[in-house]
Amino acid sequence: MYPKQNLTVNGQTKEIEADPEMPLLWALRDILDIKGPKFGCGIAACGACTVMIDGEAVRSCVQPVGDVTGAITTIEGISQGDELHAVQQAWVKHSVPQCGYCQSGQIMAAVALLEEIPDPTDEDISDAMTNLCRCGTYPKIRAAIKDAAQALGA
Amino acid sequence: MSRLGKYTRRAFLGLGVAAAGGLAVGYYFYQKPYANPLDAKKAEGETPFNPYVMIDADNTITIIAPRAEMGQGVHTTLAALVAEELEVPLEQVKVEHGPSSPAYFNAALLEDGTPFPFYDESVLAELARGSMKIVAKFLGINATGGSTSTTDAFVKMREAGYAARYVLIKAAEEHFGTTKDNLIVADATITEKSSGKSVTYGELASKAVAISPPTEMKLKKASDWKILGKSQDRVELKDKVTGGRIFGIDMQLPDMLYGTVRMAPRKGVSLKSYDKTAALAIPGVKDVVEIKTATGEGLGIIAENTWAAFQGSQALVIEWDDPLTLQNSDQMWNALETALTKEATFELGGTGSDPEVFASIPEKETLSAQYRVPFLAHATMEPMNATAQHEGDTIYIWTGTQAPGLVQSAVASHFDMDSADIDITTTRLGGGFGRRLEVDFSLYAAVIAKATAPYPVKVTWTREEDTQHDTYRPMAIAEIKGQITPSGTLKTFDMHVASPSIVKSVMARTFPGLSPVGPDNSVLDGAFNQPLDAENQRYQAHVSDLLVPVGFWRSVGNSVNGFFHESFMDEAAHKAGVDPVEFRLAQMTNDEFMPAREVLKRVAEISGWGTPLPAGKGRGVAHVLSFGTWTAQVVQVDVTDETVTIEEVWAVADPGIVLDPGLFKDQIMSGINFGLSQAFGEEITWSDGEVEQANFDTFDAMRMYQAPKITVEVLENSPKMGGAGEPGTPPSTPALANAIFAATGKRIRQMPLSNEIDFI
Repeated sequence: MYPKQNLTVNGQTKEIEADPEMPLLWALRDILDIKGPKFGCGIAACGACTVMIDGEAVRSCVQPVGDVTGAITTIEGISQGDELHAVQQAWVKHSVPQCGYCQSGQIMAAVALLEEIPDPTDEDISDAMTNLCRCGTYPKIRAAIKDAAQALGA
Repeated sequence: MSRLGKYTRRAFLGLGVAAAGGLAVGYYFYQKPYANPLDAKKAEGETPFNPYVMIDADNTITIIAPRAEMGQGVHTTLAALVAEELEVPLEQVKVEHGPSSPAYFNAALLEDGTPFPFYDESVLAELARGSMKIVAKFLGINATGGSTSTTDAFVKMREAGYAARYVLIKAAEEHFGTTKDNLIVADATITEKSSGKSVTYGELASKAVAISPPTEMKLKKASDWKILGKSQDRVELKDKVTGGRIFGIDMQLPDMLYGTVRMAPRKGVSLKSYDKTAALAIPGVKDVVEIKTATGEGLGIIAENTWAAFQGSQALVIEWDDPLTLQNSDQMWNALETALTKEATFELGGTGSDPEVFASIPEKETLSAQYRVPFLAHATMEPMNATAQHEGDTIYIWTGTQAPGLVQSAVASHFDMDSADIDITTTRLGGGFGRRLEVDFSLYAAVIAKATAPYPVKVTWTREEDTQHDTYRPMAIAEIKGQITPSGTLKTFDMHVASPSIVKSVMARTFPGLSPVGPDNSVLDGAFNQPLDAENQRYQAHVSDLLVPVGFWRSVGNSVNGFFHESFMDEAAHKAGVDPVEFRLAQMTNDEFMPAREVLKRVAEISGWGTPLPAGKGRGVAHVLSFGTWTAQVVQVDVTDETVTIEEVWAVADPGIVLDPGLFKDQIMSGINFGLSQAFGEEITWSDGEVEQANFDTFDAMRMYQAPKITVEVLENSPKMGGAGEPGTPPSTPALANAIFAATGKRIRQMPLSNEIDFI
């Protein structure tokens, strides 16, 4: 059997028994039933699985769960009760999502970006937002990030 | 999961009361609607009024939007159609996909498959469209595709809302003992003016359902609309910003197992032998089962979690038996070239001119060009997946499908069961683009679930499996010859397209017993049915089976022929020495082409067409009529250090009536970026019988840093209603190639453009 391991997810400590090589994504989705992070590629190429570990955006599909010691935040953990995070509110205001599948990852990448650079330039956004969106919602993502930056007081 | 999803186990228990089958009145035999599927699925306290409206005693109003929500906002717009006539605000309704039932057939989808241009209202065309509608009802195809959902629903879902409101008002008249002149209807509540007393729809529901439905539908005038014609928030918006569990891949059931598939490289290749020892040695892997179906052969891996299943799949040692010729892309291109030298398979549209006309164009007036496009994968963000469970005599399937009816039929046929015993719950779709019209992923899950019975299994494909086992947008070659007279008129236009047939490929794997009738329009869509005056026109298809499964890819044939046709129009304009916008306007002077002229003129205005640009920059234009929507686009590029940046795109689209301007423009924007993505290197190639690309590192799409600024405007000149999801795609690639020509003088005649010029 696999060793027991504690994971801190969205402020809660959870004990799991999993292959330490299992990507964090599958530990979250299949073992802990946290479905916000999505599976897109398995090679860190699309970003649908983006979560934050200690405030940094991480592509959970290539992150072995056995190496995770920091605090994990998924999209389920960024709102305060019923009040959506400023980035989520901006996503609603700009009606960003279409199919919506990549948007958990996009929002997590944007939250991480704004924590690092509160008032990003267009170039900062292009550099940081490397997540794939097949519906091509990029212009709206860009606008929503700028809006969220303002709302957060940049 | 969905409200109806909860009740699937109660399916077909015969709980039905005599619901208002209101829309049946005055129809005869084949036009009689199917039984209301909500009668069989309703739960305690729910009153189904017709297949689209259900009202609870507590005044919860559920609208069934029986089309796949894959990003196009169709649940919102379909619900708005009902809500408008029912007099309820959109915020007050719940929207669900509903069960798979022939009651939700999509006639518009098949209608658009008739071999007549959209604008052709000749008796023959109307007759063909009419007969297709009846065929749709017989086949019971409730599918989502061809940008048809809103056109199909436009009348029938408003009628559903009206019919329900009508009987509710009648019930209120009885309730208050008054007449409707003394009643106010608003927000799902009916108030008696004289007394000020109110009663909710929910309180009236059980009484109302027994009342005879209206015999005449008095729908509101567009000028009285409160919801339609205005931008609405998507009904599922909150789920999509909070990581909601709304996709097929998010299914979680008690005692559920996990799985994946490892399929033969393509249909026609069979499983020769395999060794599963190493796979079974991986902790968590429980079993490996054979899959042999009409869509393909391979192995299913069953495990305790998805990761173990993926590892098990990798560990399998498989030998395939591949009898197929055409093992690599070069051979496939050769096959298409050969097909072009043979007699055409069929011809569509055209002017019926004497063939001699096309053979005798004076050399000085001749323009000839050959264009190519490759196979393309759909690459939806959510990889193919489905969850299935065999329980008793029923197979339950939960999946994001564009065609639940086809899934029922394919699964039933595989297991020799009745379609009614295949119970489909359609989830939201993480992208469709036509890929989810296929039955393969649902069928394989159903086969694997046979081995896990009575427990359910969620079968998720790896990205590699998804990319390499797609039903691809066909590769194609076009040879076009034109005659441009000294006065600058395109007098003769002769186009030959060599390509596999999508319909033939789809039919062979979906309905092996049926053979397709008549020509497959998709081979020439975007060419034969475009607004063009030319005195002599000929459009010939040279169908060639490349032994690769091909399927519907956002805008289908228009994505192919739009590039061919509009690239050629640009070349013709340059040969004539006329501005490309002016040239097009001069070649589409028929009255019925007015919407095309208007979108072109408007896109020229908003893009600053004709104003000077600095060296290294260029603008290109294209117009394609597809799915009933006339769409013109201008693309502006910058080419610095031989590297292209797509700076800006302007689009003007005319779908006749716009039901939701925000969602419509979003679709045009999405279609543009989906189309432009092709240029950056999208290409599926074959080597030794296998697809060479596997994941987003080898088959990518547009990223943020490449995304242009996009402006979309809509016009409403067209006399008929068109679609939204696809028309944005076809003009994007020719407009881009034409812009690169304008900036550099380099004419690129094949996709992906990146094979000949670098992009940032």
